[in-house]
Amino acid sequence: MTVSAIPNDNGTEITIKITGRFDFSSHQEFRQIYENAAPDIQGYTIDMSEATYLDSSALGMLLLLRDHAGGDNSDIRIVNCNEDVRKILSISNFGQLFRIE
Amino acid sequence: MSSASLTILIADDNNTDRRILSAIVQQEGHKVVEATNGEEALERFNESVPDIILMDALMPKMNGFEASRLIKQRAGNQLVPIIFLTSLQDASSLANCLESGGDDFMSKPYNRVILKAKINAFGRMRRMHDQLQSHNRQMLLEQQVAKTVFDNVAHSGCLALPNLRHSLSPLAVFNGDTVLAERKPDGGISLFLGDFTGHGLPAAIGAMPVAEIFYGMTQKGFAMEDVLREINAKLYTILPTEVFCCGAMVDLDVTNKMARIWVGGVPSVYLYRGDSGAVEKVASSNLPLGVLPSRRFSPQPNDYRMHNGDRVFLWSDGIVESHNEAGELFGEERLDALFTHATDPDRIFDDILVAVDQFIGGSRPDDDTTLLSATMVDLDVIGLPLLHSNKASIGGPMDWQMNLQLGPQSLGAFNPLPLVLNILTEVEGLRSLSGHLYTVLAELFNNALEHGVLGLDSKLKQDSQGFAQYYQLREQRLADLTSGQVCLDISHRPLGNGGELTFEITDSGPGFAHSHQDLAYLTDNPDYSGRGLALVRRLCDELDFNDAGNRVRATLCWPRPAWSELHLNG
Repeated sequence: MTVSAIPNDNGTEITIKITGRFDFSSHQEFRQIYENAAPDIQGYTIDMSEATYLDSSALGMLLLLRDHAGGDNSDIRIVNCNEDVRKILSISNFGQLFRIE
Repeated sequence: MSSASLTILIADDNNTDRRILSAIVQQEGHKVVEATNGEEALERFNESVPDIILMDALMPKMNGFEASRLIKQRAGNQLVPIIFLTSLQDASSLANCLESGGDDFMSKPYNRVILKAKINAFGRMRRMHDQLQSHNRQMLLEQQVAKTVFDNVAHSGCLALPNLRHSLSPLAVFNGDTVLAERKPDGGISLFLGDFTGHGLPAAIGAMPVAEIFYGMTQKGFAMEDVLREINAKLYTILPTEVFCCGAMVDLDVTNKMARIWVGGVPSVYLYRGDSGAVEKVASSNLPLGVLPSRRFSPQPNDYRMHNGDRVFLWSDGIVESHNEAGELFGEERLDALFTHATDPDRIFDDILVAVDQFIGGSRPDDDTTLLSATMVDLDVIGLPLLHSNKASIGGPMDWQMNLQLGPQSLGAFNPLPLVLNILTEVEGLRSLSGHLYTVLAELFNNALEHGVLGLDSKLKQDSQGFAQYYQLREQRLADLTSGQVCLDISHRPLGNGGELTFEITDSGPGFAHSHQDLAYLTDNPDYSGRGLALVRRLCDELDFNDAGNRVRATLCWPRPAWSELHLNG
């Protein structure tokens, strides 16, 4: 799997795009992306359009990002989920913590 | 790194070549063992366990290729680097050296510098391999110890009851899976299935506090919500952010025939109806445990009526997500089909395991097929629990009385039963009766609260729709409660070679005298709401209500006959 980050024009938001299986093997890569992002990022978008699957480690990584982004005050959208990914997010009720669109 | 002395086996049928090579190697400080053909090489290998082998490809009796194959076979997990020495030059012969188990090759005549360098490089590789092997052995040893400790903590429950089935692979704990079951003091059963994120020790470690809390609180009679709240708070505090526990919890009330179900992050719990074969799915509607801080965690289980023979199935995502060699998932449809086509409910559990096993075929499952099921039965099938206490005090208080008055706020927010039970079991002679006591206390207290203070009509519980409505109303009225109270007067006195315990429970309601038909109803329809009261009557020596019907008095003397002598169905 690969993770890539695209900042928006004014640098306040960032889109993180996941490709392939989102699982434990991407831990390091995913973490580096948000830790290396500019400090004034206010909004995060996780683009799942190319993600085929996520496991529970991936859910853990999303929680780490949420903590990094300010916990309850964080603004994280998860977009373009396929059916499998959406199902895993909904079983875990992550809709209570993230904006799933 | 070049200085470590190695034992090197040199196999070459050419005496000159072998001696030259031997001299070079010895000059580097290594010990040499010589062989003149493949057979000898094999024998020397068995005797002297060399670190590296220099093997001529073409030799009489047994050539180097065959000898390498046999040596590699015998070496098993040990890394024994074999460097082929060959005058062959064509690519396919050189490839053959590697395919028959060789790790490298050198063409004759030897370049002394390269030979030294290769021996040193393979020496390093071998040491690294040894280190890895030893770490791996150490890890397996640690896992074994961890697993023993975990088994002692986690498997102290009642998973062996005849109405429970479970499947958990021996090392599933290192996949983060855990299955727990414990009796409640009222005779019911509490079940928990958990699936921690991640693998290995980090996933296993959280299961310990979960098991401790689950067993400790369930035995003491705490409600499911309290147990879940405690587990969540503990996991939230001790686990790193990215580790949490997906889980499901089910309380089976075998007396009142209901199941309370909470699902957070694992696939839907299935409720299988024994008579119709229908399946109701209870979907996950909560975040997993250990994600939310206590102040935001509010478990909301749902209640379901369960007739004898109805079953619940709990599982981790290992079942639906197990995949075959083609990468296809087992999926919910296949699972549902097993239920639809089931002819014998007793076989469903095994059918699932067999179907998943057949489906994955040769491919190894990513996760474990962890599965837990329970069947609703009558209390006499499983008996009342023997809850052992570790306290060692002898005798305890014998002559005492206490009074506890609970106002509207306390009634809404506090379950007094564990506290009271804790006090009662300070009396040595009552300790083994905690199951009896809890049943009596819970039944009478809930009657006082639900019918007395909250004015709920037990007739509502006649059908399953009303049943749900009843518990919804209960919750709502409890939340809106501004007046009313329940008083518990409890006293104990020594009597003969034992003692006598008296409960008096008074509620602020008008009493059920206003509806004597209620009482008649209870007696006529024990299947719905009277079970509890009928059971209490059998467990006590005396049970009577005041005229108004808002005060009940129950007396229990001990020592008591064993549960089996109480003739449950009498």
